[in-house]
Amino acid sequence: MSEAAVHPDGHEHDHHDHEMTFVEKWIFPLDHKYIGKQYLFTGMVMALFGGFLAYAFRMQLAWPGTDIPLFGHMSPAEYNAAVTNHGTIMIFWVAMPVLIAAFGNFLIPLMVGADDMVFPRLNRLSYQVFLLSAIVIVASLFVPGGGFGGAWTAYPPLSAVAAYNLTPQGSTMWLLAVALEFIAFLIGGINFITTAMNSRAPGMTWEKVPMVVWMICIASILFMASVGPLMAGAVMLLFDQTIGTGFFDPARGGDPILWQHLFWFFGHPEVYVVLLPATGMVAEIVPTFARKKLFGYKTVLFTAIGTGVLSFFVWAHHQFIAGIDPRMANVFTITTVLISIPIAEMMFLYIATLYGGSIRFTTPMLWALGFIFAFLIGGVTGIPLGASGADIYFHDSYFVIAHFHFTFFPIAFIGTFAGLTYWYPKMFGRMMNETLGKIHFWGTMISFHCLFIPMFVLGLAGQHRRIYDFTNFPELGVPFLQDIRVFCTSALLVLLAFQFVFLYNFIVSMFRGEKASENPWNANTLEWATPSPPGHGNFKEFPNVYRGPYEYSVPDRESDFWPQHHPA
Amino acid sequence: MSTLRLVREPKKSEPILPNAVLGTLFFIIAESMLFAGFISGYIVVEANYPPGMWPPPEQPRLPIEVTAVTTTMLLASGVLLWWAGRRFRESADAAKSPMGLAVLLGALFVGVQGVEWVQLIGEGLTLTSSSFGGFFYVIVGAHAMHAMPAIVILLRQRQRMLRGELKPDAFAAARLFWYFVVLVWPVLYWTVYL
Repeated sequence: MSEAAVHPDGHEHDHHDHEMTFVEKWIFPLDHKYIGKQYLFTGMVMALFGGFLAYAFRMQLAWPGTDIPLFGHMSPAEYNAAVTNHGTIMIFWVAMPVLIAAFGNFLIPLMVGADDMVFPRLNRLSYQVFLLSAIVIVASLFVPGGGFGGAWTAYPPLSAVAAYNLTPQGSTMWLLAVALEFIAFLIGGINFITTAMNSRAPGMTWEKVPMVVWMICIASILFMASVGPLMAGAVMLLFDQTIGTGFFDPARGGDPILWQHLFWFFGHPEVYVVLLPATGMVAEIVPTFARKKLFGYKTVLFTAIGTGVLSFFVWAHHQFIAGIDPRMANVFTITTVLISIPIAEMMFLYIATLYGGSIRFTTPMLWALGFIFAFLIGGVTGIPLGASGADIYFHDSYFVIAHFHFTFFPIAFIGTFAGLTYWYPKMFGRMMNETLGKIHFWGTMISFHCLFIPMFVLGLAGQHRRIYDFTNFPELGVPFLQDIRVFCTSALLVLLAFQFVFLYNFIVSMFRGEKASENPWNANTLEWATPSPPGHGNFKEFPNVYRGPYEYSVPDRESDFWPQHHPA
Repeated sequence: MSTLRLVREPKKSEPILPNAVLGTLFFIIAESMLFAGFISGYIVVEANYPPGMWPPPEQPRLPIEVTAVTTTMLLASGVLLWWAGRRFRESADAAKSPMGLAVLLGALFVGVQGVEWVQLIGEGLTLTSSSFGGFFYVIVGAHAMHAMPAIVILLRQRQRMLRGELKPDAFAAARLFWYFVVLVWPVLYWTVYL
């Protein structure tokens, strides 16, 4: 028993490595690994659901008005609901639970050398609230009136007044689901940071903490510091919807732009809340498969902190054409362009880690490199959007769609696939199939780029985001643009098809895969010192930490890795 | 044994704050931002009104004086709980009366607040009567939604204290949360009432 298990939460269950029952594992788990897996599986189911919505509305855009297989005819209201809930689900029910909650739960106690989270019961509560929120958001699509269709940003007065949005129940359920989800992550985030601060193994000083633990903690702090204003806004919007207050209704003395400020004060840090864990996983994978020390550990850390601080001062770049003062727009243009500096620096540090390494192109490494490649495109295309002048043209066009999918897809999928393929042996005790992994990688990467690069062209041609049927517009319905739309949708179908390769590999390897050794990648961090998969209580013998996490290819040593817990 | 030990066994570093207190601290950071959101919303909407129109002239005035008294009571309750924390280090017995008084003052604050609400609703200030009314009830209500659970927690802790079961970390965490409830109130009073 480590000291971590003794705390005022009253966590008394026995931590010896005993076999847990099914109920202890999956129904009411207190073990961080099973809570992490619950988050992971829920996130994967929600990803399939969000992907299905994307399939449905992309089919409508490519072949307007036709019957969509598995969906049927799509009405404009259904189109709006599909677009809105695709965005909401992919960000709040896929990226957040998988990147922060699943990996945070699974990795933090293992990587800092603890037996569990410090508040296991709060951890369980966090998942239960999250599951409830997931059920509410899915149910909101099937209530009378249909799901909320006012975009994932839910701007009032459209979102506030049922007479405008025509979804009296859908919009309230959407808002409730989002609020519940935030409560779940608030509880989870408190757990992550407290665990990482108080339960570290002896000898693990702050500069010996693995980068992904740092990143998840910084992300949790960003989340906690930014979610308050949105919760305040959500309460006011909920009252506008249900009681009939007028906080955001200009006709009644309210201010609709106020919601935009409250939303984006959260919404922009949120981008970094999901980005940082993904970059943290890349920071674990790149040194392991380059067999080389992470270049500039402290610089990576400071760029992450710098990005986090700056991310609180960029929100109004979403509102350049909402009528804000142009002088304020100037300030936000400067901060927005500034924030690209630390993030670009971080990417360059990863590239510098590769330089002179002996690189092994395993599936996780391919995903990590793919992340750097695709995310850089996403970052660079953000600069014209951050400039208030250029944004007047680009605003609400498909250029924006292409840009943020080039940031969010690498984060939520490429980064997740990197992490999943890397830690799969530790999670399930078996190896994934490398050949299928590589087929999945190349299929996903190529079809993803085919899907979104043409959207930059569509955006430059002036195609607006929220249009149900472009053939109604003579300038946008021309064959050239319609051909691009068909091409994008075809690429999406290929992309979705390749995900079944992953699902097959993921599920079959769990039962039939080659048994994994304790440390299949010859990595240094503490989670590889546990059995694969780790039992209840994680470590057979609690480790001491003697060195940093990235001591690869140290001269004059026989092996090219040097685990953190090995005494000299 | 006089061999030179090259590797020192690393020592477990002592946590700066106990788990419960640290967790509560992060929770308070998030909650502070919640109130920051409400206050900035209030200020933004207030700024949209011409001078002299906020609060709207036809709406009832807030009971500034009575609330000044209850504010003092709430602050006193914070001080008393701090005092109880100091005494608790000596013995649970020494802490029970300042803690009881602190909880009583806190409960009185919430009670008077409730009476004020009933009066104001009777005078025509409701959630929907104006933006001012909406903000008043939402902000003050949000504070009450923090104060009431905190009072319940403190009452439960006092029972445990009398039975000698209260863990110092849990008490420290609850005190910290109560300080937050106490200290955020003057800011709200300043913004909404004055």
